[in-house]
Amino acid sequence: MVEHGDIRVVHRGGIARYCRFLCERGIFCCCRFLLCGSGYEVKVFSTSTEECIHDLRAHTDLVTGVLLRPSNHLQAYSCSTDGTVRLWDYTDVCNRLMFAMMCVFAEFQLVAVHLPQSGDQLVEAREFSAVLSDVSSNPAATSFGRGGEYIASAKGLQLEVYFFKKQKPYRFFLKEDNKKGGKNTFTCLACHPKDDCIATGHEDGKIRLWRNFNHKKEYTYTTLHWHHSAVSSLCFTPEGTNLLSGGIESVLVQWRYNQESQRDFLPRLGAAITHIAVSPDGALFCTSHSDNKITIIRSSIQVSAVIQGLVKGDSVRTDLMVDPRSKALVLNGKPGHLQFYSLQRDKLLYNLDIVQQEYIHQSGLEQFEVVKAAFDAYGNWLATVEERKQKPTELELNLKLWAFDEQTQSFMLNTTISAPHEARITAMCFCHSTDSQTTVLVSVSKDGHFKAWQLAPATHTEGPSWSCDFVGAYHSLVPECCCFSADGSLLAVSFQEVVTVWSPASWELLTTLSQPPGAIRNLCFGQLTCSKYLLGTTDKNLLCCWNLLTCSLEWSTSMDVSLLLSDPFSENMAAFCCQAGCTDLFVFKPSEPRPLFSHKAVCLGKVTRAVFAPREKMLESCEETSQWLNHSQLYFVTQYMVNTQHNELVISDSVAMTPFSVLLGKRSQQEGQEAASSLLAERTQLPQGSAAVRELLQTPAHVLPSTSFLCSMFVESLLISKQIKRKEKKAAQYTTTSLWLNNTLCPKLSRQKPSLYCPTPILHD
Amino acid sequence: MASFKPTKIPIYPKLGEKVTQDTVYWKNYKAPVQIKEFGAVTNIHFSPVAPHNYAVTAFTRIHIYGPFSQEPVKSFTRFKDTAYCGRYRSDGQLLVAGCEDSVVRLFDVSGKVALRMFKGHTKAVHVTDFTSERYHIFTGSDDYTCRLWDIPNATELNTYQEHTDYIRCGVTSKLNRDLFITGSYDHTLKLFDARVDKSVITMDHGQPVESVLLYPSEGLVVSAGGRYVKVWDLLKGGQPLVSLKNHHKTVTSLCLSSNGQRLLSASLDRHVKVYNTTNFRVVHNFDYAASVLSLALAPDDESIIVGMTNGVLSIKHRKSPEESKEVSHQQRRRPSYRVFVKGKNYMPKQDDYLVSKPVREYLTKYDKHLKKFNISKALDSALQAGNRQRKPEVTVAVIKELDRRGTLKNALAGRDEKALSELLHFITKNMVDFRFAPVLVPAANMILDIYRSVIGQSPVVDRQLLYLQDLLQKEINYQQELLDVLGMLDTLFASSVPRKELLCSSSSRTNGLAQGETASTARPELQAT
Repeated sequence: MVEHGDIRVVHRGGIARYCRFLCERGIFCCCRFLLCGSGYEVKVFSTSTEECIHDLRAHTDLVTGVLLRPSNHLQAYSCSTDGTVRLWDYTDVCNRLMFAMMCVFAEFQLVAVHLPQSGDQLVEAREFSAVLSDVSSNPAATSFGRGGEYIASAKGLQLEVYFFKKQKPYRFFLKEDNKKGGKNTFTCLACHPKDDCIATGHEDGKIRLWRNFNHKKEYTYTTLHWHHSAVSSLCFTPEGTNLLSGGIESVLVQWRYNQESQRDFLPRLGAAITHIAVSPDGALFCTSHSDNKITIIRSSIQVSAVIQGLVKGDSVRTDLMVDPRSKALVLNGKPGHLQFYSLQRDKLLYNLDIVQQEYIHQSGLEQFEVVKAAFDAYGNWLATVEERKQKPTELELNLKLWAFDEQTQSFMLNTTISAPHEARITAMCFCHSTDSQTTVLVSVSKDGHFKAWQLAPATHTEGPSWSCDFVGAYHSLVPECCCFSADGSLLAVSFQEVVTVWSPASWELLTTLSQPPGAIRNLCFGQLTCSKYLLGTTDKNLLCCWNLLTCSLEWSTSMDVSLLLSDPFSENMAAFCCQAGCTDLFVFKPSEPRPLFSHKAVCLGKVTRAVFAPREKMLESCEETSQWLNHSQLYFVTQYMVNTQHNELVISDSVAMTPFSVLLGKRSQQEGQEAASSLLAERTQLPQGSAAVRELLQTPAHVLPSTSFLCSMFVESLLISKQIKRKEKKAAQYTTTSLWLNNTLCPKLSRQKPSLYCPTPILHD
Repeated sequence: MASFKPTKIPIYPKLGEKVTQDTVYWKNYKAPVQIKEFGAVTNIHFSPVAPHNYAVTAFTRIHIYGPFSQEPVKSFTRFKDTAYCGRYRSDGQLLVAGCEDSVVRLFDVSGKVALRMFKGHTKAVHVTDFTSERYHIFTGSDDYTCRLWDIPNATELNTYQEHTDYIRCGVTSKLNRDLFITGSYDHTLKLFDARVDKSVITMDHGQPVESVLLYPSEGLVVSAGGRYVKVWDLLKGGQPLVSLKNHHKTVTSLCLSSNGQRLLSASLDRHVKVYNTTNFRVVHNFDYAASVLSLALAPDDESIIVGMTNGVLSIKHRKSPEESKEVSHQQRRRPSYRVFVKGKNYMPKQDDYLVSKPVREYLTKYDKHLKKFNISKALDSALQAGNRQRKPEVTVAVIKELDRRGTLKNALAGRDEKALSELLHFITKNMVDFRFAPVLVPAANMILDIYRSVIGQSPVVDRQLLYLQDLLQKEINYQQELLDVLGMLDTLFASSVPRKELLCSSSSRTNGLAQGETASTARPELQAT
């Protein structure tokens, strides 16, 4: 029965689920709490305040499903790809590890596990009985029927119902295509809680209600059709009076049971609905969406709360940016929006609607996408480029300039320039001049021109608006990237192999620099004291540094730099080199030939975007390798995810004021480290602890908190955590938080599904 | 959740001249009143005293018009031949006029018969004026002389014989009793001082001088002759200050606005131009039906009066403040202010609980249809809305939105004859507009594809399709001509720009701009064929 080999967790029960992102699927515990699996943990949200109340952590891999315990509504099961199912008292965050499921199979099978009645924390479940073989890997396609009498599962074109009493499965088949060409493939199903009725959702948007399915021949079904694309989730309310359905249209449809012509709609939920759950008393619904969002909806079909993580878009087409005002990370969010994500508070601030069009949720429709964005130095202006490519010949481009409005504290549309260029815009940057009198935006396009846009003063009828000031070209070569020097006195535009340097004051071509062979890939001016240097990388594996005072090549080195960026708060530059599937990071100063810091294999895959974000508080580290992170943090996106790169060890070296803060600070840091670090962290912990002990003994007792409060923490700080040991070394000392952003971006990853594999049955100890 | 986002109607930049303060000011006149005189109107002069009647010299008469009268309040007809240059004295009591018969006549504005006749000139007198101390008259004649006369005893005081051609214009100083300036067809302007026997300053205009004007400060003098208007600085001894060449025919008359900030010049090319007197740029332009001979502005710029060669006197009155306001708010009356503040000024008391009323969103008809995915109806109502409001951009925006939704073809299909001809009418009307062409050309292609099978069944639709074909052919020819012109211009630019090492940027700039404009308009037309 049990095949050894690759170990996977198979979902149990009706609400088995599969979780990848910050919050993917939720279930209600009661009206007050919402549980959802999120990465390696289960989060408990308050339905009224949208705040995360508890993080339930113990799983060592992705949590794939959460289920309320039917016998005790204060407990919940969670299952994970680490091979365990855990039972939680979610109100007091107590983890009662129940049993390890050692079950699992090459094909997806549905098994019944007998819960061992044992008081132990860790139990290994050994009694399995396979119920159904060859079930769909999608947990939404399996559900328990009325009172647990039967279980229904759908895969492909087959619906299978297994009656526990009769121990007998019934199978029903549909034809592949109906006459009208709709696809009949099952996508999801739900069983009526009080009635013998199974609702199934189909690829062509139909919902079928099956009845009489305990007979082989006399089964019937009725068809409901509203959705135009596949139904992705179905759910009955607890009393069975309503059926909820959702799909890519992002409309929640409520069907009255037995009066199916009466429907209620909740449109424009923002993104495709992936899952629907209903609270046990039926007062609240919740929908989880493909853009990493949970919407909580009252039973009167009104939205009551929205829990939003980092919005997962299709891809990060804009660069990563930092808003100079709010210090928020800015990148693509919802389709046609830019999201402002506060890194300090780890919270989405707001979405800025760039496209300002009704989003039509329909597959195969070309939408406007925000492809470029740029802030000026003070955050007063935001420039965005949106494009829509319907046919290869037709490209719709819009350049929009947004002014920051002090009153509403958000960006207001100032100017729209339709078709600013004839071809795709490849780069765009604002002039970082110190005087804010003249703001210049330069856009570089594949049509062979770069254009400078300038803010024209207000006339008496209308306010200030942007207009084209200069159109530049160089020998009909195609420009690729542009960069302003730190003081805004020079503009460098790369035309294939040639870097041209222009004066923005007079738009004169000052000089040209070139280092053939190889077209320029990245261009970057040095900052602060190194502002006389211009750095460029070519696609023939060359990193060049030109001195602009002498207009000559200062140095060059051979390395395959995929991304080069400068830290605006220090002289440092970061270069990401892609080698053999891994990316190495080098940090250097343009004036020095020796790198300040290098790290091999920072991450897998190619780094596509990166940004230096300023720190709230400057660090005072004197360690040479970590000094470069004193002012800022480095965030980067690989093809797979957003990573943040900053040295957490440096923080713990910083001076602690009291032993109390040493202890508490240490503790909070550990909590903060989600992917919590490394052997190295563990080693440094001991001297830290002893320093804490020393200081604890030296500090007068009246300034310390009570002994009972300190004791457990004190003891804990001396222990070597079991959990840390288990971590992979790969995470190393630098990774701290990894926000999983995106897997649709990388079909490779989702095909491999690395997270679904656990190499060893790790919970055997 | 998020509400429906209505279709965004793009705001297109207004083409043509920019609206400036000057345009607003000089456009604020009513439609002109036209009065037919007996011959060409050679001179118009405003009485310096209220109610500011004006004397219009035309053919053998001088008519006096009141500020708002359309009929002359008085006319002087006792001229033997063509009268010239009827001018008021500074107290508005006396009027002097020259005549073709070389006699200068002085009238009382209330009488009919000439009070005095000044005889002495041998040829037609084209210039007459009172000096600032009011008892002398200065005249200029075709006998190349200008003379000073004493009014009380009608005697000649002085004769100046310095000009070598007809004297056709002149003006006396308002501040100095002894100074006057004449302009002659011998291309010169001369400043005379009655205390000495000859001219003090001579300025060479270079063309026969048609009109001369003194600034109120009398430091500058403006002369018009040929196509040029020139400004001279008298304080620097007649040094030329500016030369303006904005007309393409002879400039005939000059005039200053009441505040002295704007200079107006009238010309035979049927234009009146307004200059800014600080930078001498043209800030506004009036067009008239015939060549303009004379021009006058009422005090406070209350009216612009222009006399033309065809004998028409055109009077434009300034709009009163209420009238000009009416134009800007020509739409229907809005509810009064009271309606809007109703209940808003209520201050909540301390324990009051504020219940916020949800703001009701108003959607236009086509947006309501779009919200419900009724695409054909949305297109219909957009066509109606665009036509009714004369805003084709509304309809075009809806067509674009339908295209973005991928349902334009469905919306265009399934129309009967009437609906189709309405749609075709809109498309033929707006397709050649370069702002709408990128949207309408694919739509027209789709219509042709959809209705190809029914061509020939309806004469109305067939006629429109033929018209569309004709229109496209015209547009293609037009674009070809434009490209020709562009090529010529490029050749000119290339030859005029001296070759320098790094100057490629500036020349490519003009190329890039011009090509960009034509290419964007030219391409869709070519596709449509």
